[in-house]
Amino acid sequence: MTARRGIPVASLALGAALSVVGCTSVFEVPIDTPIQAKLDVTPFQRVHVVGFVSGGTEDVDANMETVRLLRSQLRTKSRLRVIEADPLPLQQVARDQSAPAARTGNGGGAPEATPSSGAMPFPAKIQDEKDLEAYEALFANAAYWKKIGEEFQQPLIVTGSVIFRPHQASGIVTQEREVYDQFGRRQVVPMRVYMERKGYILRPKFVFIDGRTGAVLYQESYREERLYPTQQNVPALSSFFEQMDAVLPSFLNTLSTTRVRGSRILLK
Amino acid sequence: MLALALLLGASGVASADARKDAQSQAAFGISVAQRGLWQEAVFRWERAAEIDPTYAAAYNNLGIAFEQLGKFEQAGKAYEKALELEPQNLSIQQNYDLFKEINDRAKRNSGS
Repeated sequence: MTARRGIPVASLALGAALSVVGCTSVFEVPIDTPIQAKLDVTPFQRVHVVGFVSGGTEDVDANMETVRLLRSQLRTKSRLRVIEADPLPLQQVARDQSAPAARTGNGGGAPEATPSSGAMPFPAKIQDEKDLEAYEALFANAAYWKKIGEEFQQPLIVTGSVIFRPHQASGIVTQEREVYDQFGRRQVVPMRVYMERKGYILRPKFVFIDGRTGAVLYQESYREERLYPTQQNVPALSSFFEQMDAVLPSFLNTLSTTRVRGSRILLK
Repeated sequence: MLALALLLGASGVASADARKDAQSQAAFGISVAQRGLWQEAVFRWERAAEIDPTYAAAYNNLGIAFEQLGKFEQAGKAYEKALELEPQNLSIQQNYDLFKEINDRAKRNSGS
């Protein structure tokens, strides 16, 4: 092939390619993607948030606040009817179940429960995650949960544990600072500063139990942490709700389909 | 050589026509998708992909529509086809990356 003949071939091919490629227009479009629920809750008509084994700071009653929050969310964001009943004193129930008295039926409503013989001793106060180990047998006690299910027309039972405890940390953090140059122009620049910070850690574990059989259907644990500058006095309850807000979408997605909002780019 | 050039030119014109037809289908799909009529948009973009199987935009748009409809497997295939046709297209890559995050979450939920 000579150079002279090569040029028209190349230009024709290029022209064809250009006409095929053309110009691309882009259009941003909002989308709403459905994410299926983690659990099939179609066999249930009702949901009973019975309470949580809780511990950590005394500034927040993590059990009561979690029960109240989950019930209110489920009332508006789930098709299940929410049972309104006093939360169960689960810490006491767990102790009663492990005590020999449970066998004689005097153990705070733990029927026929298999006491966890040789189980870990219960801590005087629940401070952190390791103190919860002694309570694990409670969630696995199918006979107990089946009895609770019978009392409330076999709902989906929601229980678990919630630790909400104070936390402190110090270290280098990046902050944005306003600076003005010699002409008085404002600029925002990142600066690394040493800071003492305090805040809270939230460790909820949600356990979903079949009220017909007492069996655990699903469980999921979360960890959230918020730290604030020491001079910023954030109330414990505010931090609790701030952190629960982050966990709630995933909790609700266990029971119902949720939609994730976003945007994508359509092309022409 | 001249015959080859003519052949290339003719095929270029033909594919340009196909692209034009596919683009008009895609444009209609975009206008209905913007009004929330995603099933109709899928029909249009599938048609565009049939007319011009090298038209990456049609597959990209199909990926978005399948995502919106919760058909994650089909969405993944459509995005992958779009990227195969235009691997350097940043818009398609961005859409695909966002899709993968959602798809991973959906997979975790279903336990697969």
